[in-house]
Amino acid sequence: MSDSPVAVEQHGPELRHHFVDMEQQRDAASLGMWLFLATEIMFFGGLFCAYLVYRYWYFNEFAAGSRSLDLKWGTINTAVLICSSLTVALGVRAAQMGKRKLLVILMLLTLVFGFAFLGIKGIEWYAKYQEHHIPGSSFDASDIIKDYPQIHIDPSHEQIYFSLYFAMTGLHALHMIIGVGIFSFITFCAWKGRYTPRYHTPVEIAGLYWHFVDIVWIYLFPLLYLIDRKPLK
Amino acid sequence: MSEHIVSSKIYYAIWIALLVLTVVTAGVATIDLGPFNTVVALVIATFKALLVVLFFMHVKYTSEKLTKMVIVSSLFWLLLLLALSMADYTTRLIS
Repeated sequence: MSDSPVAVEQHGPELRHHFVDMEQQRDAASLGMWLFLATEIMFFGGLFCAYLVYRYWYFNEFAAGSRSLDLKWGTINTAVLICSSLTVALGVRAAQMGKRKLLVILMLLTLVFGFAFLGIKGIEWYAKYQEHHIPGSSFDASDIIKDYPQIHIDPSHEQIYFSLYFAMTGLHALHMIIGVGIFSFITFCAWKGRYTPRYHTPVEIAGLYWHFVDIVWIYLFPLLYLIDRKPLK
Repeated sequence: MSEHIVSSKIYYAIWIALLVLTVVTAGVATIDLGPFNTVVALVIATFKALLVVLFFMHVKYTSEKLTKMVIVSSLFWLLLLLALSMADYTTRLIS
């Protein structure tokens, strides 16, 4: 390394030998995460595309199905995720400034919000189970048809709305579960004091993932819950 | 160049804005605006997503142009997927 043409930063254990300095290492890690998020956009994009096509074909069934979701829980869950994004953003800031205790507290709060979101999602799914709105042989849309007396609703098309509802919120919840796992690990490492103002890339890129999952929900909320909330004539 | 540390005041302001927009989007959905209900809901969602990307995900502060290129191109691919699929489905006669 002594005859290297560029000035090489001191290589501590946190700086891999193939990077010139910490900034280059951080930029590489961040770019890698953004590339992964680009593939995630395509992953969710397929479902959003299916949603768009079926919503175009079966709008009445989508509107009626949307109305059967619990707007109160949907709004609360959106707020819960926004709060968790705040604690993640403040956590990255605490890591940048080397505030270990604050970082641990913010990461624990993020986990609390993450579990709260999943718990509320569970309550909503259980309600759908009780109402026989889960697609399959026991699916029953008669209560939805009763709420929309003036519009023709085809139960088999109603099942498509709920298939997409469960696929999209399910894939999102899977990402939340993985996120909670990642942040449990981050919390543990933060508690151990592994993150310093010089090295805290894991907090930062885990944060990028968490914010991405938040953004997916920011779109899922209006697309699934708010299709038709107008007062019925 | 070292990392940009964002003031916590900005994070709190974005947080409040996101919460207010969530209440607004839920409220507006109960008013009959005809086809504009969907438009308003998507405009608000996109604005919220933009706030998260620019401030929480630090894109406003990054000097790395590659990151911005990845974001713009992934949105472009998504647009291709949605626009070309819908161009087909909305113009095809299905018997």
